[in-house]
Amino acid sequence: NLLDGTSPNLAPFLFPHPRRFLDITSQIIPKIRPGMSSASAVSQSGGEGQRRASSLTDCEGLLREGSSSWPSRAFFILQDIRNTVGNIPMEWYQDYPHVGYDLDGKKIFKPIRNKDELDEFLDKMDNPDYWRTVRDKMTGADVRLSDEQVDLVHRLQRGQFGDINFKEYEPYIDFFSSETMIHPVTNRPQDKRSFIPSLIEKQKVGKLVHAIKMGWIKPRKPRDTTPQYYDLWAQEDPNAILGRHKMHVPAPKMRLPGHEESYNPPPEYLLSEEEKLAWEQQDPEDRKLSFLPQRFSCLRAVPAFSRFIHERFERCLDLYLCPRQRKMRVNVNPEDLIPKMPKPKDLQPFPTTQSLVYRGHTSLVRSISVSPTGQWLVSGSDDGTVRFWEIGTGRCMKTVDVGGAVKSVAWNPNPSICLVAVAFNESVVLLNPALGDRLVVSATDQLVSSYEEPEEAREQPVQWAAPAGKEHDAGHRLHLAHPKAVRQVTWHSKGDYLACVTPDGGSHQQVLIHQVSKRRTQNPFRRSKGLVQCVSFHPTRPFFFVATQRHVRVYNLIKQELSKKLQANCKWISSMAVHPGGDNVICGSYDCRLTWFDLDLATKPYKVLRHHKKALRGVAYHKHYPLFASGSDDGSVIVCHGMVYNDLLQNPLIVPVKVLKGHAITHDLGVLDVTFHPSQPWVFSSGADGTVRLFT
Amino acid sequence: MGGLQKKKYESGSATNYITRNKARKKLQLSLADFRRLCILKGIYPHEPKHKKKVNKGSTAPRTFYLLKDIRFLMHEPIVGKFREYKIFVRKLRKAYGKAEWTSVGRLKENKPSYKLDHVIKERYPSFVDALRDLDDALSMCFLFSTFARTGKCHVQTIQLCRRLTVEWMNYIVTSRSLRKVFLSIKGIYYQAEVLGQTVTWLVPYQFAHDHPTDVDYRVMATFTEMYTTLFGFVNFRLYQTLNLVYPPKLDCRSEVDLKGEFEEDYAMDSESYLEKLSALSASLARVLNTAEEEEAQIDQFPVEGVDLEQMEAREREQKDQDAHKRLFEDLKFFLNREVPRESLAFVLRCFGAQVSWDKSHCIGSTYDVTDETITHHIVDRPSVDKQYINRYYVQPQWVYDSINCKMLLPVEDYFLGVNLPPHLSPFVEEKDGDYVPPEKLKLMALQRGEKPVAEQEEEEEEEEEEEEDDEEEEEEMDEEEMKEEESLKTIEKQRAQNKVSSVKVTPGKMKTENKVRMEQEEKAEEKRLAIMMMKKKEKYLYDKIMFGKKRTVREANKLAAKRKAHDEASKGEKRKKKTKQ
Repeated sequence: NLLDGTSPNLAPFLFPHPRRFLDITSQIIPKIRPGMSSASAVSQSGGEGQRRASSLTDCEGLLREGSSSWPSRAFFILQDIRNTVGNIPMEWYQDYPHVGYDLDGKKIFKPIRNKDELDEFLDKMDNPDYWRTVRDKMTGADVRLSDEQVDLVHRLQRGQFGDINFKEYEPYIDFFSSETMIHPVTNRPQDKRSFIPSLIEKQKVGKLVHAIKMGWIKPRKPRDTTPQYYDLWAQEDPNAILGRHKMHVPAPKMRLPGHEESYNPPPEYLLSEEEKLAWEQQDPEDRKLSFLPQRFSCLRAVPAFSRFIHERFERCLDLYLCPRQRKMRVNVNPEDLIPKMPKPKDLQPFPTTQSLVYRGHTSLVRSISVSPTGQWLVSGSDDGTVRFWEIGTGRCMKTVDVGGAVKSVAWNPNPSICLVAVAFNESVVLLNPALGDRLVVSATDQLVSSYEEPEEAREQPVQWAAPAGKEHDAGHRLHLAHPKAVRQVTWHSKGDYLACVTPDGGSHQQVLIHQVSKRRTQNPFRRSKGLVQCVSFHPTRPFFFVATQRHVRVYNLIKQELSKKLQANCKWISSMAVHPGGDNVICGSYDCRLTWFDLDLATKPYKVLRHHKKALRGVAYHKHYPLFASGSDDGSVIVCHGMVYNDLLQNPLIVPVKVLKGHAITHDLGVLDVTFHPSQPWVFSSGADGTVRLFT
Repeated sequence: MGGLQKKKYESGSATNYITRNKARKKLQLSLADFRRLCILKGIYPHEPKHKKKVNKGSTAPRTFYLLKDIRFLMHEPIVGKFREYKIFVRKLRKAYGKAEWTSVGRLKENKPSYKLDHVIKERYPSFVDALRDLDDALSMCFLFSTFARTGKCHVQTIQLCRRLTVEWMNYIVTSRSLRKVFLSIKGIYYQAEVLGQTVTWLVPYQFAHDHPTDVDYRVMATFTEMYTTLFGFVNFRLYQTLNLVYPPKLDCRSEVDLKGEFEEDYAMDSESYLEKLSALSASLARVLNTAEEEEAQIDQFPVEGVDLEQMEAREREQKDQDAHKRLFEDLKFFLNREVPRESLAFVLRCFGAQVSWDKSHCIGSTYDVTDETITHHIVDRPSVDKQYINRYYVQPQWVYDSINCKMLLPVEDYFLGVNLPPHLSPFVEEKDGDYVPPEKLKLMALQRGEKPVAEQEEEEEEEEEEEEDDEEEEEEMDEEEMKEEESLKTIEKQRAQNKVSSVKVTPGKMKTENKVRMEQEEKAEEKRLAIMMMKKKEKYLYDKIMFGKKRTVREANKLAAKRKAHDEASKGEKRKKKTKQ
């Protein structure tokens, strides 16, 4: 096709087919203002040739070109008359034989077209004007384009203006330029009012002049910016003070400078090199001094302080940004804080000095016990021996090798029986040391040997055996073989019953009570209530104390029930002692605490003493004197005065009276056991350094 | 029971406080204006006891103001002025933008301004309150008066600050109320007692400031605005109490005296008066032109409950104070040009001296160097070309030290080129246990009237000390020898023992029991045991107090040790010098 080539300029108005060309023109026509003939409209639009921006004008140019020849113009007019369908898609009439209606309401028929493809072809071959024939959609008639029209189409295709006469590149004439011209653009004469004075202004000026003459208007006074001061506090009216002023907290004054701020301070206030370095490395907020002390030989040499404005500014910030508060300063004399205690001097007697050291053991001495007569001391050590000492002289009277690390020793508290219970490994041995009164010794032997087998042997958790021969000669009287390792043995005050602790978490056989005279063993607890640490008999009444990790349970042995459960407020109880009166208990714990329970008072501790620096290992009461002692891993024994009054209303008085030191710390262990002399105010302590010490 | 369920944070402390941002919104002010308002009205934030409660459960860091304070601010007329000013600025900007210069001029003429008189009266209901809070005002005004007249703030402010500070200095001079001066590395501290209130202020040394960039000068300017108002009113009132004319005027006599030749060259007419005032060399005019008023003898009223000793002590104190005020009376000073003229003139005039300086140095000099009656010439250079016989040439520190010591110190230590003794702070009041520098002890001895120890004696003492040291050393030597001998003896004995037998009875030693020491030990142990029985809370407090005490002791010991080391080092140097000679 001829018209197929397109130019980008006319993209929106592309004609896909030459026959469509007139469709476009017919669509454009109605856009021309109504009431104006198309010719005039075209001519007008032709005048706007200078502005070529819109492609619509291009089309208008095209139209004008089209209308330059009369026949097409008549056709346009004709079509105007005939075209009653309006601007509608012509497809709507596709299936009808007519296109719209004329003024009389009659159908306007399309020209009869009965050409088939062959006719079309023949036409194409025969008709030399076939290429310039287009079909008018509005009427359905074939129109032959004139030479001008074809030319126009060609030019448009090339992207040229429709009008041949139009010059695209005419020089532009700028009439209203920035340059001032000598001649006026218009030749209009000037108004008269432009060169005679304004009457209104004259009136106004006259009024102002009159007002000034009359003194109504005065020149503005220059403002006085200097502040005026007067006696502001001429009348100090106390009633005028705001209530809120009472709550006002005045800002604290600046700190007054010390010697170090002087330009010529004494030499001791100057910082040494290290101090200077430390000062420079510190954070400015952490510095104690905000400046470096400096020394200048004369006033002349003093420079300006570089942070002066900074410091003033910081003060300003403090003044308006810092919350203010009245803080009550605690002004306490520290001496007043120390509680008033009775003087230790008044609480005598108590042990004050180390007087004897019993040496002989080669390993840590776990346990010690004193005979009820107060003449002998027994000590059991990890080296597998039990040693008997004479207290007064410090002599080792006897050494019994039991063949295992001795965990606990206990001398029978009954003075008429001479027996020592020794716990090692899984057995407990009752020894007769054969010391002291011979009668007592022989009586004890007799007592042990006088046992008669009962007729019906009962199942016992422990096996009793009476050794003979060598062992008997060494003093062994009875062997009690336990199923598990024994940790502690303790006697009842009557001396017949013996309680053993075999600590084992799950087992119900943690505590066993043996009766020596009948060689009987009982297991008092059916179930275990935790890991048992130590046990103790009540000195006078049928009570039994069992210390587990955190609690101390008090059982009534006759009623066979739990009568009390004491909460120790500590992590792990290590040792326990019962007051000879029976109403007070002390517990030492591995977390450095000693707790004193008053059984009449509460199940909570009456007092918790944190005197030791390290774990407590042993505690003990004195039988007669109001004393108790505690030994700890820090190598010290602290003796306290613990007075218990018969009056129930008066609480016990507890005063520490002496810190005894002597044991050397070995393997982080210090004192392992403490015990008092039965009659004297003396305290024995055994330590990890393999010694037993007596403090008197 | 019954009633509505209480909602959280609708009563109690949550409603008593307001955050800064909310307060700002409530007052409809920008942050800068809010800040200004807070500064002017003296409103500061509050720290609530339970911050989380007040913060409605949040723990975000916020500043809280009391709601009452903010309500109080709402009634402030200045707030309205702030808004007007905002509008003014907007209009002005618009006028500038349109280049309407007439309206710019008109707007500028009608610039809204406010006065702070009522704020001052409200914040300081009584004059004494104002005096009490004058420290910061003085320091700030003195700082601003030293600023250069370009850049950081309005020239008017600087001029006003200068004027007010000059007025203040003149008042202090006339009332003779200066008490202490201290030359620090930051500046010069002055302390005056004005109507029974001690006022301390700090004046920077006269140098151009190196203006820091991280300082908000707007805040400082706002403070200065408030302080200048306060300061002006205080000055007015103070001048009134002394029957002086306010604004200050020079005495007629002195005015005539001061008519110098260079006056025109020195300053403009508008400024020369202030300069003359700031020279501080002339007295001020009084309202009633009486001669120096006699200070009325204060009658003594015996007050019950105050015993005679106290009365006497008070009397003595009064006398001392009077003497202190007249410290430099009848003395004539001449300031060399390298000394800080203003500070020295101010200080000297405060204690009744006559001061002058070179004519070309500053306006207001009253006599010349050649004056024969000059008693002291203050110089701060190693030597002077032409010396007059009948006057002392001293360094400026002498003046300050004498004032702090309340007596004329011997001038020998302060002669030209002499190594100055340390300048001590007069503000330090040592409690027992604190470290007292030996210079202070010396000064105190001087004050008590003990004779100053002459240098020769000192040297002798030193020698004596050295001798003593030697003796001590000898003793030590003796002891050491003794010990050695003993050890030798024991070794010998042992050897002898080894030779003879290992078992031997050694003679027992007498244990001498020091009773006093035993007692002390016993007491110490008692205390230790009692401390063990302390309750946890008290123990904590006790430990804290003891820690503080120990720290002070430690610090004092450290200073003392340092001093000792220094003295020894200097002594060693001296000796070296001697040996070289």
